[in-house]
Amino acid sequence: MAARAGSTRATAAKAAGPRIPVLVWDEVRPAPVVLVSGPEDLLAERATRRLREVLAAADPSLEVSDLDASNAAPGDLSTLASPSLFGEPRLIRVTAVERLTDGFLAEAMRYLEAPADDTTLVLRHSGGTRGKRLLDAVRGGLGGGVEVACAELKRDADRSAFAAAEFRAARKRISPGALRVLVSAFQADLAELASACQQLIRDTAGDVTEATVETYYAGRVETNAFAVADAALAGRRGDALVLLRHAIATGADPVPIVAAIASKVRTMARIADAHGSSARVASEYGLAPWQVDRARRDLEGWQSDGVGRAILLVAETDERVKSGARDPEYAVERLVAFLAGRGEG
Amino acid sequence: MSTETPFAELIGQQQAIEWVTAAARDAYRGEQSTGAMTHAWLLTGPPGSGRSNLAYAFATALLSPGGVPDPAVAALVDARTHPDLAVLASERVTITIDEVRRLVTSAAYSPSVAAYRVLVIEDADRMTERTSNVLLKSLEEPPERTVWILCAPSEADLLPTIRSRVRVVRLRVPDPAEVAELLVRRDGVDPALALRAAQEAQSHIGMAHRLATDADARARRDETIRIAFGVRSVPQAVRSAQRLLDIAKEDSSALTEERDEGERAAALKSMGVQPGAAVPPQLRSMLKQLEDDQKRRATRGLRDSVDRILLDLLALHRDVLLHQLGAGLTPVNGAYGDDIERLATDTPPTATLAVLDAIADARRRLPANVPPLLVLEAVLVTAALERRR
Repeated sequence: MAARAGSTRATAAKAAGPRIPVLVWDEVRPAPVVLVSGPEDLLAERATRRLREVLAAADPSLEVSDLDASNAAPGDLSTLASPSLFGEPRLIRVTAVERLTDGFLAEAMRYLEAPADDTTLVLRHSGGTRGKRLLDAVRGGLGGGVEVACAELKRDADRSAFAAAEFRAARKRISPGALRVLVSAFQADLAELASACQQLIRDTAGDVTEATVETYYAGRVETNAFAVADAALAGRRGDALVLLRHAIATGADPVPIVAAIASKVRTMARIADAHGSSARVASEYGLAPWQVDRARRDLEGWQSDGVGRAILLVAETDERVKSGARDPEYAVERLVAFLAGRGEG
Repeated sequence: MSTETPFAELIGQQQAIEWVTAAARDAYRGEQSTGAMTHAWLLTGPPGSGRSNLAYAFATALLSPGGVPDPAVAALVDARTHPDLAVLASERVTITIDEVRRLVTSAAYSPSVAAYRVLVIEDADRMTERTSNVLLKSLEEPPERTVWILCAPSEADLLPTIRSRVRVVRLRVPDPAEVAELLVRRDGVDPALALRAAQEAQSHIGMAHRLATDADARARRDETIRIAFGVRSVPQAVRSAQRLLDIAKEDSSALTEERDEGERAAALKSMGVQPGAAVPPQLRSMLKQLEDDQKRRATRGLRDSVDRILLDLLALHRDVLLHQLGAGLTPVNGAYGDDIERLATDTPPTATLAVLDAIADARRRLPANVPPLLVLEAVLVTAALERRR
């Protein structure tokens, strides 16, 4: 308990003390220590590359070295940071600081006390609590560093801003509609979105319009297991099969798709004979009211025997996708078609 | 225990005991050997029939001078600390290939105090095909003084290449009366309760012991059976499946929780951590490994519990079918005679057969990693659909 109170005080002291500048990736500038933090590897990689370009432009004799903090031996950092005969500027890129060894931690702390001249130390930390002492020291201003925050871009608005910046940097114009289509086609991975932007920038002449994006990425739909289950239970057989094919083609595994369907069908079956307001049914069966509403909507057009047969088929399909069947995809297709037919087909 | 021979707890297995005692004596006869002994054995029998007990009794005999069980050796084997005994018993879903490799390496050591080195694999059926193949060479031609004893529910659970390399001893299912007699003699259980427990456990000695001595276990089984009688509609079947899964969870946690806590305390003690003190960071990974092992064991424990529930349902529907077909055999669930009769007259035999098929499917699906809830739902939904025809 005493230790916790102590650490709270320390945090408060740090918050009041000097804080280092926090930059976004394209504002990165040389400093004795550059902390690149956050989970988005693409941005971190770009920040590091940009830093190297800036340094190399200032002095082409720049010496670049890499160090993996997760298996660094004591002395590695000092070896790389010790002055060389001709005094070239140095860039030391340290990866995996989030899994650093104790030896590296001690050495890095010593280094921060007295950073070498003409040396830029880049610390790549992708998140987590390991190495917090080092991060706190850098963030507290020790070593005169800057931080580049590479937060994950989760919201569509952020991703859209990112893509817009890509086009702006290349002095290429893209219409707002085209930007929207592009961002919605690449939901999962920022690197994919970035490379799609680069392809459009390099391969197309003139402004990028919706038609251009259509030409390159038409028909690409990112979907997930629940979208497939929703379409199937809504009775939209064609849509459900198309979505299923898309999901499988973009790397979704049949197993979670069956699991998603199983959980929806189970909820439907559990409340099939329940009467009363959705709030009451929800509290009786330990569900959320929206789940009850949703299951009731899904139940329209179903007989309770049909739901029963659906459960039997889900169990059979689950076994088939996990072992047994020669073609798990067909097994899921059969299930989706059966569900779209409201269990009567 | 130590005053009796290690074979005393094996009931109704006279034939098998005669074979292995003869083999153990023969092993010490040298030149006059009659061929009753060989280097690789497979003991098969249904769960609870005492396969592993027989294996250890056999091991005790082999490790004792002259092949006649010796109390001192029996104590060492009981504690699994005999220097010439190596045991592979898994509490997880499968036996890993590394465990088997280590055992195969140790098969090459010569015995130290006894005349033989004995290697026991309990649950040899939990080896995957790749893992089994590691054994083949050593099983076929082990070093001169090494004896392998494998245990499995049936020969069909092992690869043909393993089966052809071992001599098989089959245990039979003991009569419920014999099991009940053991419970009365050993644990002092009331005879009527002992007989009912033995019948309901279908002669599984461990299960019968639990049902006879643990009122909670009896209550859980009773609820399982009542749920099975009560299935009427699909929604109700799905809700009942959830309840059955909860019963299985209670059942398996009753078995493992106490043990998990004990193991954790023992581990902390051996690491030198004071009770209630914080665990130093250097030791956390060891504790984490223990917790991971316990979690894997819990996975298997839950699966075993669900399988027991399925077995109970199987026995129940067997009784119903016996009644419907007028077969006149002794029912497993004699205590539920009225309910069985009602279900037997209300539904056709085809419905019972369909449910029996569904249970067989379910028992195949469980090891194939189908979620236990879905497995139970499929069984009860089948019952609901079939009974309303």
